Amino acid sequence: MFRDAALVAGKDLRVEWRSRVGAQQVLPFALVVLVIFAFALDANHNLLQTASAGLYWVAVLFAGVLTVQRSFALEAPDGLRDGLRLSGLDPAGIFLGKAAAVAGQLAVLEVFLAGGIAVLYSASLHGVVLLVLSAALATIGLAAAGTVYGIVAAGLGVRETLLPLLLLPVVAPVLLAAGKVWEITLQSGPGAWGWMRILVVFAVVYLAAGVLAFGPLLEES
Amino acid sequence: MAEAVLLRNVVALAGRFPVLAGADLTVAPGQVVLLRGANGAGKTSLLRLCAGLLPVASGRAVVLGEDLGLDRRGVRRRVGLLGHATQLYDDLSVRDNVRFSVRAGGGTLEQADAALGLVGLTGRLADTPAARLSAGQRRRTALASVVARRPELWLLDEPYAGLDADARVLLDGLVSAAVAGGAGVIIASHEAGQVEELAQRTVTVAGGRTTESVLVP
Amino acid sequence: MRRLLGIGSAVGLTLTAVLGLFVTPPDRVMGTLVRLLYVHPSVAWVAYLAFGVTALACICYLWPRTRAPFWDRLAVSSAEIGVVFCALTLATGSIWGRPTWGVWWAWDARLTTTALLLALFIGYLALRRVTVDPGARARRSAVAGLVAFADVPIVHMSVVWWNTLHQPATVLRPSLASPTVSGSMAWTLFLSFVSFTLLYGWLLVHRYQNSVLESRLEDEGMEIALAERWAEAVPSGAGR
Repeated sequence: MFRDAALVAGKDLRVEWRSRVGAQQVLPFALVVLVIFAFALDANHNLLQTASAGLYWVAVLFAGVLTVQRSFALEAPDGLRDGLRLSGLDPAGIFLGKAAAVAGQLAVLEVFLAGGIAVLYSASLHGVVLLVLSAALATIGLAAAGTVYGIVAAGLGVRETLLPLLLLPVVAPVLLAAGKVWEITLQSGPGAWGWMRILVVFAVVYLAAGVLAFGPLLEES
Repeated sequence: MAEAVLLRNVVALAGRFPVLAGADLTVAPGQVVLLRGANGAGKTSLLRLCAGLLPVASGRAVVLGEDLGLDRRGVRRRVGLLGHATQLYDDLSVRDNVRFSVRAGGGTLEQADAALGLVGLTGRLADTPAARLSAGQRRRTALASVVARRPELWLLDEPYAGLDADARVLLDGLVSAAVAGGAGVIIASHEAGQVEELAQRTVTVAGGRTTESVLVP
Repeated sequence: MRRLLGIGSAVGLTLTAVLGLFVTPPDRVMGTLVRLLYVHPSVAWVAYLAFGVTALACICYLWPRTRAPFWDRLAVSSAEIGVVFCALTLATGSIWGRPTWGVWWAWDARLTTTALLLALFIGYLALRRVTVDPGARARRSAVAGLVAFADVPIVHMSVVWWNTLHQPATVLRPSLASPTVSGSMAWTLFLSFVSFTLLYGWLLVHRYQNSVLESRLEDEGMEIALAERWAEAVPSGAGR
């Protein structure tokens, strides 16, 4: 299973490297979202600074949806899903590989976006350990849930619209918990560890769901 | 030795439509069978069923000893399907595509590169992204992936479409070599002359069912 | 069975309406608004019940030993009713909230979880609508449904915590137990729970029977399709 996962993750990341969609389209989009928030909140300096954690995670969420869409667009052309089914790869391995590739791309994005809020909202990024740890957990959870819903919606003509509808309500807890941890850490407050529990539970649940469900869902797509 | 393919009254559905409505087929190892029929008759569905991609709604389907009604996933690794769609990632090069496909099936990088050599996709061509290939070159790439996996059953859907004369000779050579090695081959093709030399039997597909006709040598 | 449920719920609901609107006294603090008490909690309860039934049906459908089309039909029937009752819960909650707290919406744990539950239901039904093949639809939506509904405890956990830290003004802490319920009010409340549950049962049976009829239609369509497919063989066999 893990060998297959490494193979699939490598393939997905290699495609990304060649096509550079994540770097040239998704990252700028996420940064533009940060800018648009400033417009929406009337560039109110204090407000932006206080809200920077939440706004950051909304931007990450949107970028995450796009990244998952891209991950499944790779196999959208005719015959490629058949190719995956015929390949002899363990479906659980395919799931882990795809999720890992999404997580990897999101991680890079998050680093740039963190720079974005430091610059645009004057957020001061201290407590790096907590920030990184919570972001890692949240990213794993987002990637896992996204990959599960990606395969649910794959093969349907309406994937572009169905995927956000299915995914966003489900990942709301991640947004809440990660946003809270970052907010608390950026304001140097207490009580971040409690929220981390939610991130851990979410990641575990959706990793398990993906490993179990990806095989049957791949058959249906 | 047991049959490579044994289908009895197989019904297969795509949505609510019966693409196969009671098909029978027997293929022995080392045999080449030609499938003929009009567009929409069910040739592609028959091939996909044998590859384990199409669920069996009713009837009996045993391919390479595996009952497809029980579990159709096990047989996939052992067959080679060359279909209409070439299953290539546009952004990856020829070499990357074949390597991924071969390693996914448990093969090695050397096997992949050797197969590329066999089909004549070497040098700078091997590093070209798949999106920039001609249709014939895409076919060759897909063929390389199939060859490298050394399947026990070859399922070829209109394999000559888009191939030039050299490529056709190449394909025939590869098929003959596979047959000599004991693999079964089912070819669906509109092109009469080329294939009849290879095939020992012809099966006509119409309305999702099959009728046998023997080739007079 | 269906008739019993129908009559039971009709009688129960009428009685609830009469008692609720005319017989029971208005609350000291909330006045007439408290009469929503006879609708909102029961409707919410049915929404959660419907969700539970759908989740259970998804599990039973996927479990190899109990796999049967019955569970798939039950899942979709319950989900459709669930969406309606979920929306009703939010609507009645809103109507309560406006005069009581001055806002149409409050981010308390229950309302927020219910809103997300509604979104999950809608997603589930959207997925079903888009998949045409009945077998694939059953399998795909059962898995997707389960995966979505597994999220609900996590959502609830996070939202409850979020709320306790939120420090809203005490006025905004909606506690449905706060109107002191006693005597005729308690009986009416109990009656409304029972009546709405009966209503759910009645709707479920009807919707389920609808699905059975739909499947029968599909099966008969299959016979016709097979016959047409065979007929194709005749003209195409000659002369191509």
